[in-house]
Amino acid sequence: MALRTPLYETHRKAGARLVEFAGFDMPVQYAGLLAEHEAVRTRVGLFDVSHMGEVVFRGPGALASLNRLFTNDLGRVVDGQAQYGCLCREDGGIVDDVVVYRRAADDLLVCVNAANRRKDFEWLAARAGRDVGVADESDAWAQLALQGPLAAQLLQRLTNANLSALRSYRFAKGEVAGVPCLVARTGYTGEDGMEIFSPSGEAVRIWEEIMEAGRHEKVAACGLGARDSLRLEMAYRLYGVDMDDRTTPLEAGLGWVVKLDKGDFVGREALVRQKEQGVARKLVGFVLTEPGIARHGYPALQEGRPVGEVTSGTRSPTLATSIGLAYLPPALAAEGSTFAVDIRGRPVSARVVKTPFYTRSR
Amino acid sequence: MDFPDDLRYTREHEWARRKGRNVVVGITEYAQDQLGDVVYLELPDVGDAVKRGESFGVVESTKAVSELFAPVSGKVVEVNDPLSDAPEAVNEDPYEEGWMIVIEPSDPGELETLMDARAYQAFVEEQE
Repeated sequence: MALRTPLYETHRKAGARLVEFAGFDMPVQYAGLLAEHEAVRTRVGLFDVSHMGEVVFRGPGALASLNRLFTNDLGRVVDGQAQYGCLCREDGGIVDDVVVYRRAADDLLVCVNAANRRKDFEWLAARAGRDVGVADESDAWAQLALQGPLAAQLLQRLTNANLSALRSYRFAKGEVAGVPCLVARTGYTGEDGMEIFSPSGEAVRIWEEIMEAGRHEKVAACGLGARDSLRLEMAYRLYGVDMDDRTTPLEAGLGWVVKLDKGDFVGREALVRQKEQGVARKLVGFVLTEPGIARHGYPALQEGRPVGEVTSGTRSPTLATSIGLAYLPPALAAEGSTFAVDIRGRPVSARVVKTPFYTRSR
Repeated sequence: MDFPDDLRYTREHEWARRKGRNVVVGITEYAQDQLGDVVYLELPDVGDAVKRGESFGVVESTKAVSELFAPVSGKVVEVNDPLSDAPEAVNEDPYEEGWMIVIEPSDPGELETLMDARAYQAFVEEQE
């Protein structure tokens, strides 16, 4: 049987369509993907993302230890700041992409992908070294993501955390609906918004209070379907779909979270070598210039021959065009270069474009 | 959920409606509900031959790609072209605005061999 988040019954009673994702029964949609997507782009939407895992590093060696297992540089963030980066194998393959929340130098919370909870914990714990304890706290935490231009306005009525002082990728302790939480200005949608880490047992109460208070903003309960179309409009990568342990951050276009000059970390040597030699393929954003929708696994063609592969694709609800991500040889990866996507035997023209596909107005 | 009495139904959730000598084809309310938001359609051209039980096109929702299966054999005599710009009609009004093609059947009796509304409703309830 699939795992359930603390909000499973809430979703079921609200009439959400549930599907199994990463071993969890999760809502894929409530009212409908397009309506939910639009709510987040124009108002505010609430997602249950409690399936995400939380691994915590504690102890005097916590910062140094995690920094040796992480491609970005935790030395450059301050307490109360979050940072995105990858965990890599020795050969540079991505174990997972994660967000690290630095509560203190001796207390860091790693938010990992649901499907990788066990793998990441075992991988991290086995390599953590001295003066640090590594704990899988995934079952203790629930996570709600409140996303959209009206998210802060709505949440401020329910929390004592000062959201106007909370910048992007910062977080603070605060009560939400009377429950002690971590409130982070992070998300996976490209809109302003917050992610709320709460004790599992309190998640239903927080969800219900947000939905109730959010009537004023017409808050929409959202499922994983909208989460996926929103993240793809931002060209945010999805682990297991756009990358896995056989792709490196440099290939996946995540070179910006690889700090080769910060000192040694697992995978550094392989990534230095790959950077010198150049990558053989690169993940790029594309639009289809003819009708159709590209899907995961469809071949990318050049002069009729397969040269790469689509990893994500959808019809962008906001832009009303067909967008996607694909691995292409570097020679074809420049903005403006053209190729074709093999859509069930039919070659459909595509053009490499700059990402994100969508930029919010500020 | 709506199962109009005047239609015939396939096990793949297409509906078929007699219109004079021809047969209008679309997908059922149950089908569109299962698919989610429809965002793209590949439909045949007028004049194409279709064969009962074989694919005549593709419907893509935000979630998935599904084939469309012809309820009867014959020739396509009309295609709902406005759907290419407004595929959401398949969700909003699957039995009227969301129709997809009109077939001139090669065997006018073939339609009667499909499920009627009651049989289809029972079939859907079994799937649930």
